[in-house]
Amino acid sequence: MSNIIDLSLSELVSNIKSKKISSNEATLAYVERSKKSKNLNAYNEETFDAALKKANEFDSKPDFNKKLPGVPIAVKDLFCTKNIKTTASSKILNNFIPTYESTVTQNLWNDGSILLGKLNCDEFAMGSSNETSYFGNVISPIDKDLVPGGSSGGSASALAAKLTPATIGTDTGGSIRQPASFTGTVGLKPTYGSCSRYGIVAFASSLDQAGPMTRNVKDSALLLEVMSSFDNKDSTSVDFKRPMYSKELSKDIKGKKIGIPKEYRVEGMSEEIEKLWEDGKKYLKDCGAEIIDVSLPHTKFALPTYYIVAPAEASSNLARYDGVKYGFRTEGNNLIDMYEKTRSEGFGDEVKRRIMIGTYVLSSGYYDAYYLKAQKVRRLIKNDFSNVFQKVDAILTPSTPSSAFKIGEKSNDPVSMYLNDIFTVPVNLAGLPGISIPAGLDKKGYPLGLQIIGKSFDEQNILNIAYSMEDKINFKFNLKEWWMND
Amino acid sequence: MSIDLKTVKHISKLSRISLDEEKAKKLETDLNSIFKWIEQLNELKTENIEPLSSIAETKLRLRKDEIKSKNIREEILKNSPDENKDFFVVPKVVE
Repeated sequence: MSNIIDLSLSELVSNIKSKKISSNEATLAYVERSKKSKNLNAYNEETFDAALKKANEFDSKPDFNKKLPGVPIAVKDLFCTKNIKTTASSKILNNFIPTYESTVTQNLWNDGSILLGKLNCDEFAMGSSNETSYFGNVISPIDKDLVPGGSSGGSASALAAKLTPATIGTDTGGSIRQPASFTGTVGLKPTYGSCSRYGIVAFASSLDQAGPMTRNVKDSALLLEVMSSFDNKDSTSVDFKRPMYSKELSKDIKGKKIGIPKEYRVEGMSEEIEKLWEDGKKYLKDCGAEIIDVSLPHTKFALPTYYIVAPAEASSNLARYDGVKYGFRTEGNNLIDMYEKTRSEGFGDEVKRRIMIGTYVLSSGYYDAYYLKAQKVRRLIKNDFSNVFQKVDAILTPSTPSSAFKIGEKSNDPVSMYLNDIFTVPVNLAGLPGISIPAGLDKKGYPLGLQIIGKSFDEQNILNIAYSMEDKINFKFNLKEWWMND
Repeated sequence: MSIDLKTVKHISKLSRISLDEEKAKKLETDLNSIFKWIEQLNELKTENIEPLSSIAETKLRLRKDEIKSKNIREEILKNSPDENKDFFVVPKVVE
């Protein structure tokens, strides 16, 4: 049998169910590998001893009817985990121990999964490179100089380096799909309302969604099936009949109409990305799908809209970090002084920048010019998608405008960093599901991804399309284990 | 429209984030470059467009107003940054 760590999530599940591998063996394999991989800085908090204890408990009384029986899994440090430190990679939450569990992680544990640890991310999920974390940047296993993407950078790095069989992230403007694209993995952002936001540290509440990050499409379907649920504790959770995504997964996409939006052919797009996209169309045709040129005319306004809406919501959400009820506190001469010092010392530069943008666009005299304007443009962007989805079943685009960049390359220029999310942000603004799958390598040998965007709650369709393409693409990346310590 | 240093300091007050002079100057540069880029939204005419505040656009669900968690005082106070475990303590606000 091949190494445990080389098995996909689905393969691991079936090996545990057929008793070929115990939960203890699986957990130990991932714990040992994670311990040798500290160079990646992927973990904020390791819960290895507790994981091994839970694995033994599972093995002594196994329940093979669970969907993730005794499967160890590390999760982004944005999900609150009961009695386990949850920091959102911020100094301001560095001592925070939740007394409750997020619904999405609870769903994982209810289905038999075991927590390996909490994974590094950009501070409050604000970033596209995992360089804004209070605990330092994460390194990509693809190459030692490379960012893993962000904000779910620790998740992407841990997944690609095989420190966990699968993981979960959150995606507000591309934070699952962009790091997945950078690391040659599969990342799915579900429709807004599919996965509960309860217990996830809030960034921009009208955009945030949790989703699976996996080694292949089948795993993505399985993990989404476990994560997604209707939840009374999230007022925007949607009550719909959730399909058994993994059971209904199919490679039959004959006759499906796939839109190619011309506005995504952005100025200065590299030939490599052009070719990747062309190849993607060819694979879809080979599967019997029909390619249709479409137009999403307001695409170029999506990013500036996002950088009003997301910081506005963030400035409001992050007002709760004041040093009073939990988290970090700096003492001051009076109450206001305490607030100002606590927030000045507790937040990093990018978070402060976004709180300031948000406060400005919501402030008296500017609200109409910025925030209201952005909400109106958001409507236009949503309408673009609604119009196109009258003609097509899904949309194919590149996931990112380039492959992963170097650490430090974009950290001094916020706008150039923000431009990374140009293909992913419109999907969040419209609340749609999108999946990024690895689709090729650039000339430096770094992974590139393609994104499939679907109609609301049509995850099954984009999973099926991704599943068909995955076969044709047959993506291979020769992972050299340069980061490992003995 | 450009954002001057005085405005940056005003926003920092509203945000309850203290800034030293150097940070304020850096933010002045950053915010100006970000807002210059954001200004492209003005190319669009949006007079008759209804603003979109939430994707769900459904009515919020109603629920019974009832107590579901009991005796969680200790849990709530557990993460208090102050040593006092009976109350949240802040600097004196009333003389």
